[in-house]
Amino acid sequence: MRQFTTSLALPAVAAGIATLAGAAIAVGIITSPTTAAEPGAAGPAPVVAEQAMPGMSMPAGGSPTAASGQDAPVATNAVAIQNFAFSPAIVTVKAGTTITWTNRDQDSHTVTAMPGGPFHSPTLNTGQPYQYTFTTPGRFDYLCTIHPFMTATVVVTP
Amino acid sequence: MTTLESAHGPEGGPVGMSRRQLLRHTAWFGAAVVLTVTSGEVISHLGTPPAAAAAVAQDPHALRFVQISDSHLGFHGPANTDVTGSFSRAINQVNTLGFRPDFVMHTGDLTHLSTPAQFDQVRQMLGGLRTGQVFTVPGEHDSVDDHGQKYRAAFGSGTRGDGWYSFDIKGVHFIALVNTLALEKLGHLGTDQLEFVRKDVAGLSSDTPIVVFSHIPLFAMYPTWGWGTDDATQALSYLRRFSSVTCLNGHVHQLFTKTDGNVTFYSATTTAYPLPHPGQGPGPIPLTLPAGQLGPALGIRDVSYQPGQHALAIRDRRLA
Ligand SMILES: [Cu+2]
Ligand SMILES: [Fe+2]
Ligand SMILES: [Fe+2]
Repeated sequence: MRQFTTSLALPAVAAGIATLAGAAIAVGIITSPTTAAEPGAAGPAPVVAEQAMPGMSMPAGGSPTAASGQDAPVATNAVAIQNFAFSPAIVTVKAGTTITWTNRDQDSHTVTAMPGGPFHSPTLNTGQPYQYTFTTPGRFDYLCTIHPFMTATVVVTP
Repeated sequence: MTTLESAHGPEGGPVGMSRRQLLRHTAWFGAAVVLTVTSGEVISHLGTPPAAAAAVAQDPHALRFVQISDSHLGFHGPANTDVTGSFSRAINQVNTLGFRPDFVMHTGDLTHLSTPAQFDQVRQMLGGLRTGQVFTVPGEHDSVDDHGQKYRAAFGSGTRGDGWYSFDIKGVHFIALVNTLALEKLGHLGTDQLEFVRKDVAGLSSDTPIVVFSHIPLFAMYPTWGWGTDDATQALSYLRRFSSVTCLNGHVHQLFTKTDGNVTFYSATTTAYPLPHPGQGPGPIPLTLPAGQLGPALGIRDVSYQPGQHALAIRDRRLA
């Protein structure tokens, strides 16, 4: 067994990551000068300071969220749930259109409107579809309650 | 400023980390953190001399508890084809630690899909723990279709609001929070729960050690993947005056430690399947490891505290 101790150097934030993989325990440490970025802001994650071991790298700063920024709206009434993502992430339809989501993953997912929204699928197992007819124009953000990082949007036009 | 020394601990044996690697790591610590690394374990102390940790084992007044997390009973996939077996091993490991923990806390994602059968199964399995008490907080997988109703029916007796509560054992004040019910990407506590925290600690003296449990981290570990809680800062503001605050969470299926002033955060690993490190790959999708590498990615955690010490000692053990 070995141990290491650091005496109090800075009142800085220290963060570490460790895995118990094999006998080789990797502990990567990141620091940032002040309190970490507020969650909620889609701001950058803690800054990468060090790659501890091969295969143990830290995030390369913030990246745009999946459902915003890089996805152009697609005019379609079919959404696949695949590789833990809604595809397309942003769809546009005219009012009165029925959208069909189909789970193409091995894991289960849901299609659940964010608070105040009108649609809530049951848990969708592999291959299972869910349909909802959009009658009112507007923007409807939704997510998978099982994997809330899976977010997407339906835009309904008049 | 920095010291590096070799020592022999209770487990003995060398570690799989070179001296060079340890030296590299020391550069990144800004606080008095002591990591003790043995094969299969990472021990973290904040201002606690390692000798004191050994003394805990003998002290009848010392507090010892276990954290397990993210058992995902009902998960079927290549990342772990037998989550029930893994959870059994974890329970067995807790039961053979060599001491009877004061309590065991499961920090959520007990089930994978919140079905009645999965809740029955996890309740039954937790009943096999040899410990004073079993506590839980819900994960988002425990409330996929009912805002946590089935979870509270199974585990919510004696809790308040949507399932939060607090308790005291051996001079330490514990707060168990629910941050998985908001139907948003990030964790969320909400005004009722924030008010609960404020009132809950109002009468405590500032030298009371505080331990906070939640499923989703209370710090911004990686907000892009939802690994943070949008109103946690408010809750933590009520805890700033305390000399020792330890926040223990699950959800991210990997070990992670961060110190911020008087608060230290420790993300726990899982008993079910690993997730990628932040930002590696398109999202926090179950990771299928090469054969033989799953077990070492899973684990349990035990925590000890000796009255009079400043902080708790955290020991993460890989699944036996
Ligand atoms: Cu999902
Ligand atoms: Fe989980
Ligand atoms: Fe989770």
